[in-house]
Amino acid sequence: MSDERLSRRTLLAATTALFGLVGTADARTVTGLPYLGNEVYPPPEARPGPWLFFTADEGAAIEAIVDRLIPTDDLGPGGKEAGCAIFIDRQLAGPYGRNEGMYMQGPFPANPLPTQGYQNQLTFAEQYRRGLAGLTAHVARNFGNRKPHQLSAEEMDRLLTSMEKREANSPEFNGSALFDLIHNNTMEGFFADPIYGGNKDMMGWKLIGFPGTRYDYREVFDKLNTRYNRPPVSLLGRPEWNKAGGRT
Amino acid sequence: MRRLPRKDAVIVGLGWTGAIMGHELCQAGLQVVALERGPWRDTASDFNIGTAPDELRYGIRNDLFVRPSQDCVTARNTMDQVALPIRRWGSFLPGNGVGGAGIHWNGHTWRFLPSDFNIRSHYLERYGEGIFPENHMIQDWGISYDELEPYYDKFEYLCGISGTAGNVNGQIQPGGNPFEGWRQRGYPTPPLRMQHAQNMFTKAATELGFKPFPLPSANLSQAYTNPLGVTQGPCTYCGFCERFGCANYSKSSAQTTILPVLMRHPGFEARVQCEVVRVLKSGDGKTATGVVYVDETGEEWEQPADLVILAAYQLWNVRLMLYSGIGRPYDPNSGEGVVGKNYAYQANSAVNGFFDNQLFNSWAGAGSLGITADEYNGDNFDHTGLNFVGGANINCTTFHARPISARPIPPGTPRWGSAWKKATRDNYLTTQNIGSQGSNMSYRDCYLDLDPTYKDRLGRPLLRMTFDFKPNEERMSAYVTSKMEPIMRAMGAKQIVSNPKKGPWSVVPYQTTHNTGGAIMGDNPRTSAVNKYLQVWDMPNVFVMGASAFPQNAGYNPTGTVGALTYHAADAITKQYLKNPGQPLVQA
Repeated sequence: MSDERLSRRTLLAATTALFGLVGTADARTVTGLPYLGNEVYPPPEARPGPWLFFTADEGAAIEAIVDRLIPTDDLGPGGKEAGCAIFIDRQLAGPYGRNEGMYMQGPFPANPLPTQGYQNQLTFAEQYRRGLAGLTAHVARNFGNRKPHQLSAEEMDRLLTSMEKREANSPEFNGSALFDLIHNNTMEGFFADPIYGGNKDMMGWKLIGFPGTRYDYREVFDKLNTRYNRPPVSLLGRPEWNKAGGRT
Repeated sequence: MRRLPRKDAVIVGLGWTGAIMGHELCQAGLQVVALERGPWRDTASDFNIGTAPDELRYGIRNDLFVRPSQDCVTARNTMDQVALPIRRWGSFLPGNGVGGAGIHWNGHTWRFLPSDFNIRSHYLERYGEGIFPENHMIQDWGISYDELEPYYDKFEYLCGISGTAGNVNGQIQPGGNPFEGWRQRGYPTPPLRMQHAQNMFTKAATELGFKPFPLPSANLSQAYTNPLGVTQGPCTYCGFCERFGCANYSKSSAQTTILPVLMRHPGFEARVQCEVVRVLKSGDGKTATGVVYVDETGEEWEQPADLVILAAYQLWNVRLMLYSGIGRPYDPNSGEGVVGKNYAYQANSAVNGFFDNQLFNSWAGAGSLGITADEYNGDNFDHTGLNFVGGANINCTTFHARPISARPIPPGTPRWGSAWKKATRDNYLTTQNIGSQGSNMSYRDCYLDLDPTYKDRLGRPLLRMTFDFKPNEERMSAYVTSKMEPIMRAMGAKQIVSNPKKGPWSVVPYQTTHNTGGAIMGDNPRTSAVNKYLQVWDMPNVFVMGASAFPQNAGYNPTGTVGALTYHAADAITKQYLKNPGQPLVQA
């Protein structure tokens, strides 16, 4: 999210004269209420299109994985259709992939306590790159020289189960760590606002009954313990609005 | 380093306590500058209704909190371990920018119990020395509830807190907390509307003999204009409260209660993105002469001032004192020294209930929407034979169902695949929990000091936290949690999962941003860093605000007490200290 902050700083520098920021030595002095009309800091919207981070093979592998983590079934579409792979790609191409804002100074000890949390010196993007290379080799070794996206659904389930249960771990391939990472990001993608590229048409929210960003639920208190039937709304509005309104 | 013109007072940090203190000092005629290391934040731009309800950005990627790359702490459970940096926030979430953590709090606004303030002497008198746990450092606060009451009142009326009084001038009130200390008048606004879960909890708890009451809330039930003339709007139960700024102006914060007045005060200015790196001292070391800060470009400035107010978050107040050599650093081996001593936290627990045929619709909630029962908090119950000190409030809240983080599924459900998908759908709207907010005592080996290895971006040592949950807290939490389970059963849950607090403390899962201690208040300079006016014992022109003053933590959220202590300190500064500046307000 540093992009917005950067633009905000640029904005502040550019508009110091407008609203009481004194452009002197102490450049950030604020007196009075620095209110700017029509000024908001939206997140960068994930756009459709080619992969920004993944190679074609990596993207195909992730699409195959997210579609088994969240399968298409009688409850509705799965992770691939929801755009979870797009979400992960856009996240890895952005500040998240670079671990921006995290404390990344060493030393990084070999055996941190589990209670001490994240102690990986690789960025998330690097973890994906190395992890997917390890996965590709692991699949080639164990599934007849094929690539991950060439596995059948049953084979992929077997692979993911072995990764989750640490049975696929080897010195070359930390399968359980890769599983946890992809699992976490897939769930983020399926349930985050569609503005980030996943949860297409709010299908994750529709599955469970989350009405999104409506922001005013006072009417709910008049009808407690009752199913809420208004359709969800996201930061992008609703798909119908965009079709009808012709916004591009 | 360039020297700026002298100010009457410099305030480090412009969150809740900095804003309160800034306003009180300006009203007393002082020229005040506040230095805030984060950005300016404004409701309309930063918490805009079109961008605020974004779980990924704020709830998961932590957009409102201080970046660990700018500042973090190292953590370990015991003194023989090597502390490692918290590289991304988990267990707690320190704020950043104007408004501080008061922007993204839930708004539970409590008064501590009268017996919380004299806990050591109270338990000693009632139960004898044997009740105290091994290696405890439990201390009285050096202030009484009665002394603080007017300042609790002032903070609650600043915020417009929504609630039902339980004890007005000693008269117990129906529907309120019968255990609370006396209050001079009722809450400024009536309680929030309650959800289905709270109605069920109230019925079940009442039948079991509890006296449940609405959680005092800084999400306001109706529009309110405070004594400064600032107006807040009613809460709309959007479900984006904790970790988020409020787009409705209905959550009390510096932005919604003070800044509109303070920022226009001719005696006040704020400098943002300016990080104070140390407090400057006079040659004899007995007086602070100002502060040094680094601006966004990396340039250092000296800001001289007669009065220095540390109003940063608890952790950073302590660290600034350690950097600057204010007060004697605590030594866990000897038990001597005061700065860094008595770090404590909060021992919370939860009982999850999975239901059939109930629709909780928990996405329609507010940070402080809840019903509470206080029967097992503090010393509201007989501790004889229980082998622990302290207690917890029991609460049933509905504050969000944001779907990345709140998708309860029964234990044993697969984490992925069709079975996961079905369980997620089936339980999302039909699960409710009962929580407890537990006290946390202070111990000789739970403390803060400077890390020997890890440095911040400016090359200064990070703060090191040595902390774990102790058997006293585990026993307390197990006991209180066992009192929550019958309520959940009476509510009709088909499956109940209890999670009492247990060590070891982990930095990973979010627990609470209720970090306390490290610059504790008391009546004796040998055992406390500040007096009851939050004035540093051995540097009388430095005052240290915030939960760093708590000698141990009570079974409540801290902000109400933080606000009251700030007003109490401000009153002493403006009415006593300024008549005779540079002198201690309490004789050691």
